[in-house]
Amino acid sequence: MTTLVDGSTATRRAEALASARRGRVLNPKKSRSGGLTPYLFIAPGFLIFVVTIIYPTVQAFQMSFFDWKIVGSQASEFLGLDNYVRAFEDPQFWVSSVNTLVYIVATVVPQIIIGLAVALLLHMKSPAQTLFRILYYLPVVTSWVVVSLLFRFLFADAGVINFTLGDILGVTDGDTAWLADRWTGMIAISALGIWKGIGWSMMIFLAALQGVPRGLVEAATVDGANAWQRFRVVTLPAIWAALAFVTVMLVIGGFNVFISVYLMTGGGPAGRTQVLLTYMYQQAFEYLDLGYGSAIAVLLTIVVFAFSVLQLRAFRGRYGEDSP
Amino acid sequence: MRSRATRTARRLGFTLQHALLVVGALIMIAPFAYMLSTSFQSQTFVLTTPPQLIPSDPTASNYSSVIGTQDIFRYFANSVFVAVVSTSLSLLVSSMMAYAFARFRFAGRETIFRVLLLGLMIPAIMLIIPQFVLAKNLGLLDSLAGLVVFYVAGSLALNTFLLRGFFESIPRELDDAMQMDGANAWTRYWRLALPLAKPGLATATIFTFLNCWDEFAWALTIINDPEIRTLPVAIRIFAGSGNNAVQWGVVFAASVIAVIPVIIVFLIFQRYFVQGLTSGAIKG
Repeated sequence: MTTLVDGSTATRRAEALASARRGRVLNPKKSRSGGLTPYLFIAPGFLIFVVTIIYPTVQAFQMSFFDWKIVGSQASEFLGLDNYVRAFEDPQFWVSSVNTLVYIVATVVPQIIIGLAVALLLHMKSPAQTLFRILYYLPVVTSWVVVSLLFRFLFADAGVINFTLGDILGVTDGDTAWLADRWTGMIAISALGIWKGIGWSMMIFLAALQGVPRGLVEAATVDGANAWQRFRVVTLPAIWAALAFVTVMLVIGGFNVFISVYLMTGGGPAGRTQVLLTYMYQQAFEYLDLGYGSAIAVLLTIVVFAFSVLQLRAFRGRYGEDSP
Repeated sequence: MRSRATRTARRLGFTLQHALLVVGALIMIAPFAYMLSTSFQSQTFVLTTPPQLIPSDPTASNYSSVIGTQDIFRYFANSVFVAVVSTSLSLLVSSMMAYAFARFRFAGRETIFRVLLLGLMIPAIMLIIPQFVLAKNLGLLDSLAGLVVFYVAGSLALNTFLLRGFFESIPRELDDAMQMDGANAWTRYWRLALPLAKPGLATATIFTFLNCWDEFAWALTIINDPEIRTLPVAIRIFAGSGNNAVQWGVVFAASVIAVIPVIIVFLIFQRYFVQGLTSGAIKG
């Protein structure tokens, strides 16, 4: 998504637009403007888009200022900022926020490091590259519902994780009730997030590594740079844009964590593994408090927006490059 | 001249590289293998200690139960229907928009484009509450049409951006030549642009199809009627909400049935996955 907003494209488009206008004056036969035609091409899609995406976006803000009634003919009551004030005073909202941030920190960093490491290993010529790529990418294409249930099974009390840690490795007693406590639950949920996401970041990094200038790597080797120095001085700057892209996408993905929590712990016990979206979902569709749920969604949307803007700025500042 | 020491170091590096890759690959694959094996185990052997990685007494009873009493093929058919219809509609409508953006200059082009961009930045689940209210007002709750409409909506912006890029890379001269021959815009779009953008269409089709196939949150929210459950919702119902009574064999038999088509699609169309990812905008 970041590709699409960079300045050069916008400038190019503006120039094209200007030259098209000039062209029309000089050469009226060249009918690129096409009158009504482009609007007819755009109309069906844009109509659907406005009704089902834009209108709900506006309505999310509106609903967040109301005690929104969906049942029967009850009138919704205007509350002003009450739903937002309530969020800030709601301990469960803070627990959910902290859990979301914990999930982001715990999953984004390992996904980047491991994904990059696998990409670097695969980038060295290996006859089995395609096979490895497929194997690492399989969790990415598998449905969240299936893998969430699968991990609930692996982390069950009598599950294979407890057996491995307790009976084989002997590092725990082997009777950890993973999904019955806040932090162990977050560990299980984060483990799933990392396992499922490594293949994706690996794929992006593999593509980016194609762009690392081979000559520079060789020159650095000749100059006596060791592997780490080559990585830091040659490889890292060349893949910086991809790194920024992956980080932003993973952080946004982290804020969106929902299915795994919903299916592994259901936010329990007693809401202690709740994340923002599961809490929003519970408020809206279990307690039918759509106004409060919308307020949480709006807060989350704002944070995600601000975060991705800041993060892109920070990355750009360092190497002065565009995002990929 | 290469010394023997360098060669030994090289061979050691190669071995280490592959050892690491194999260990990693095993960790990625092991959960799937265990899922497959559990789907062939009867409930008595599930979650016993030590865990049975290879079923001692393999049985197909979970599959016959899922296919027979649990009616999985109905859910399978629902998922196929929703995914096929949504993907076709989304591709038709978004490729039309993409063509207009790639080939025409018109008033409001920039603005419309920016509005679509905005749509890319709003994660789908953030809109689930107002969309639920909208679906209720449009009478779309508890219907497959309700899934289709919002799946199309959710995929429009992304597909438009993806396809616009492909259309722009088609030489403009071809378009002009066809126009000289008197072809109207629809003919140029349908006969020239679409066939030449096949790789882009393939990428968009695969990602849209898989996203619809796997979608859970929206289906969970609007579908109540057991007859019209899609696979993800049905599998979640199999798993229930308690912990001890879960028929894991049944859950995983259903999961295997749901996942196999995805893996087949992935293996056949691998290169489109790479293409879709590196074109920048898709997180699968």
